[in-house]
Amino acid sequence: MEWSILEQYGPSLLRGFGVTVLCWILGTIFGMALGLVIALVQRYAPRFVGWIVQAYIEVIRGTPFLVQLFVLYYGGPLIGLRLDAIPAGLLGLTLYGSPYFAEIFRAGFRAVPHGQIEAARAIGMAEPTIVRRILLPLGLVSSLPALVNFSIILTKETVILSIITVPELMYQVGRMSAETYRYLEANLVLALFFWVLVEAISRVGRRVETRITKHLIERT
Amino acid sequence: MFSIPVFLDSFEPLIWAARYTLLISVLGIVLGLVIGTLICAARLSSNMVLRKLAALWVSFFRGVPLLVQLLVFYYSLAVIGIDVPATFAAVFTVGICASAYISEIWRGAIAALPKGQAEAAVAIGMKPSDVWTRIILPQAVTISLPALINELILLVKASSLVSVVGIMEITRASQAQAATTFRPLEVYIAAACIYLIINLCLSALGRYLEHRTAI
Repeated sequence: MEWSILEQYGPSLLRGFGVTVLCWILGTIFGMALGLVIALVQRYAPRFVGWIVQAYIEVIRGTPFLVQLFVLYYGGPLIGLRLDAIPAGLLGLTLYGSPYFAEIFRAGFRAVPHGQIEAARAIGMAEPTIVRRILLPLGLVSSLPALVNFSIILTKETVILSIITVPELMYQVGRMSAETYRYLEANLVLALFFWVLVEAISRVGRRVETRITKHLIERT
Repeated sequence: MFSIPVFLDSFEPLIWAARYTLLISVLGIVLGLVIGTLICAARLSSNMVLRKLAALWVSFFRGVPLLVQLLVFYYSLAVIGIDVPATFAAVFTVGICASAYISEIWRGAIAALPKGQAEAAVAIGMKPSDVWTRIILPQAVTISLPALINELILLVKASSLVSVVGIMEITRASQAQAATTFRPLEVYIAAACIYLIINLCLSALGRYLEHRTAI
């Protein structure tokens, strides 16, 4: 690969990387938030609401992310949902991640010893207070490793956003290779880049995880 | 607004295209099983170089997005000058990527087996290859069946990405259909329905097998 290419396309690649990181972080945060809501709804809402939520989970988990994006971005305008590429991509990532995050939170809540919740009820805590002070703090810590793990998986999903023209890293690489005819080199470098990125994030994730678990063991 | 006739009409071409989705996923998982078994064997071998290489393989193919892998493989074939159909590139990439995940599934299943089993087999004089084919793998397969079905579901979804190299599977066919009818909403929802049906069937199969093989 000639260096002049990198000089010429450097800025757009950097911008693309910025969009990738932005989509990843916001998608993870929104997806986690929606997932938490889903997990709480499944725990507390009446049964028929639970069924609706379960159907939503099955649909999202049973269909490819790419098809979900197509429905949102190309199908949305037909029912008046007109979104630019980046908001559509973010909404897509949020919806796609939410059921997986919800499952993680659900497992985390299940790991909270039932006696703790009973004890809280016995001393007369109101149900919202139990959620806030017992269920969430205990449940969130035990779901942390799985949350980190799924967030790493989401980094890899962000490249799919390039197909609906979100100007993230892969989109910029695609444009660069179309203009320079260097398809193989460009994609190879992109592959190596993602490899390093994912490895680095998972190393950091594991370190954070060990630290928090250590803290947990000391406390209990 | 949502038009029911358009929605129903788009099923026919998409169901035809589902052949390719199934073909790529099934061949992908078969290839993944073959390579994944070798990778797993390398990871558990006593040779350190083999172990390191296998770990590198797993980390690379799990760390790089499938879409990027697909394009790298697709373009590298063109550069080397090998003229193979895109379907081959797709199956190969999906299979290689699956092999990394499957080798980890095997590793987990083998780790779950009591160590005494392999030791006993060696003690009564079985060859290492026999220990693998007669003692370790049959049990590991049973334990990991649900995880493998789950991997197959992931592959059915991942196969939507091969649409970018022009294979007429469900996603690509729905793009074509959306372009001719100008009704992307109905067509893409129909495509989503077909994927959903395939995956619900697979997960039902997974639950059945889990139930059957439960000890």
